[in-house]
Amino acid sequence: MIEFRGVSKLYAPGDVGLDQATFAIDRAEFVFLVGSTGSGKSTVMRLLIKEVDPTEGMIRVAGHDLSRIGRRRIPFYRRNLGVVFQDFKLLPSRTVYDNVAYALQVTGGSRKEIRQKVPFLLHLTGLSTKLHNYPDQLSGGEQQRVSIARAFVNHPPLVLADEPTGNLDPETSIDIMRLLYRINRTGTTVLVATHDQAMVDKMRRRVLELSRGRIVRDEAAGLYARDETTREFAQRMRSPSVRPPGL
Amino acid sequence: MRFPFFMREATRAMRRNAAPSFSALATVLVTMVVLGVFIPIVQATKGAANSVRSRVMVDVYMTSSATSADDARVQKELLAVPHVKSAQFESKQQAYEQQSRQDPQAYALLTSNPLPDTFHVLPDSPGNVLLINSALTPGGHPLDAAIGSVSNKKNDTRKILEVTNLVTITAAVVTVLLTLASVLLIANTIRLSLYARRREVEVMKLVGATDWFIRWPFVIEGMVVGALGSLLAIGVLGITKIALLDPLANNWTLIAAPRTIAFPALVAVLLGAGAAVSALGSGLSLRRFLRV
Repeated sequence: MIEFRGVSKLYAPGDVGLDQATFAIDRAEFVFLVGSTGSGKSTVMRLLIKEVDPTEGMIRVAGHDLSRIGRRRIPFYRRNLGVVFQDFKLLPSRTVYDNVAYALQVTGGSRKEIRQKVPFLLHLTGLSTKLHNYPDQLSGGEQQRVSIARAFVNHPPLVLADEPTGNLDPETSIDIMRLLYRINRTGTTVLVATHDQAMVDKMRRRVLELSRGRIVRDEAAGLYARDETTREFAQRMRSPSVRPPGL
Repeated sequence: MRFPFFMREATRAMRRNAAPSFSALATVLVTMVVLGVFIPIVQATKGAANSVRSRVMVDVYMTSSATSADDARVQKELLAVPHVKSAQFESKQQAYEQQSRQDPQAYALLTSNPLPDTFHVLPDSPGNVLLINSALTPGGHPLDAAIGSVSNKKNDTRKILEVTNLVTITAAVVTVLLTLASVLLIANTIRLSLYARRREVEVMKLVGATDWFIRWPFVIEGMVVGALGSLLAIGVLGITKIALLDPLANNWTLIAAPRTIAFPALVAVLLGAGAAVSALGSGLSLRRFLRV
């Protein structure tokens, strides 16, 4: 699904964003990208949404070589991605419903399609009662759920989340991770950048660790392959023990 | 292009950003009122200058003994001189009647007519009047023996030409400056209101909106704000015209006389300019925020 081959990004001479990163992520994988601030997590995300171009190396996403996508084609490429940010990036002048609908309007979705999909997704994310609220009337967790609904309304094959729980309390964070896990279980590849070590330990998914722009760890920990329901997932996440109940 | 969607987006943006939209509208209103007052003033000034210039002419006085055959010959010679547009003949008798009507008391004292036959020579353009003057008196002597003298108003003519030139140039410069100031003021106001919404544009780009998908609502918004501001300005100007100028124009010919722009034409110019400048301003100012 995602392939980085020898990718480097220099923002300025000496200012290394990413240094010779090589890794691959398969379809339907759930992968954490961890590392301290300035380690290159955000650079990976910005490269993936083609906000910046790599200095060297090759990036392939869903079969597209990103260097081959011209400036005018970028919007069409981005429609294959769902993106979730730490600061939610919702449109402040639109209601919850319109925020999610905008992602469909952009792609030329018909009114009928919008009337079907948007309420469904907002129901899925538990926002049915907040349809006509504006973002500033919602809690942080609710806003993040809106942005996840928006990211997923097009059913993209890949969802990117840059510090999705960075502004949220632990309980709300678990809800958000549960939602992302649920999306992952529909066969969507999910890449989450985070520095929440406890969360990563509990989730026991594949972890890519970055340090000063280099990949220093790439491992699939514990029960990575085990298929669990979102309910089990949430229970395990809430349990104080780090060890999985089955072990 | 899905116009209804863009239209809804534009009206939503105006509702949700009432304050910046209002300030843009007020800017358009004020600049358009100023322009609307200034365009006729500049035109009246230019018209007045031109009418002064059109009165610049050369008078050719015949000798008192000139016969009508001389008059006919001289008229032909005058018309052959380069840059002469027309040579209007005024007989002694006509001149006398005209002058005595202007100053009856002075002319009542005269027993005979001291005035010669006169040709009023009009140049094709006011600037050429001095050329004609020297062509009529080559070497300081009149062109024809029957010509008594050629009016020598060199200094007056030069002054009139200089002053009217200055007035015309000043008017043109002021118009250009004022137009430029209006465009910059409107563009700047729009830019400020866009700056407040740059995050919104960024988000739109991140969910895969194309540049024009984002731009159209802004352009429509600019057009609507510009048109509304201009309409209000036209309303203000119209009321001013009906309430103040029209009553005055009946008594004071100066306001009515100069050929200035007609009010409907002024309305069209202001409306078009207001809408176009605002729409262009929105579309262009957005460019830098679209680079995400």
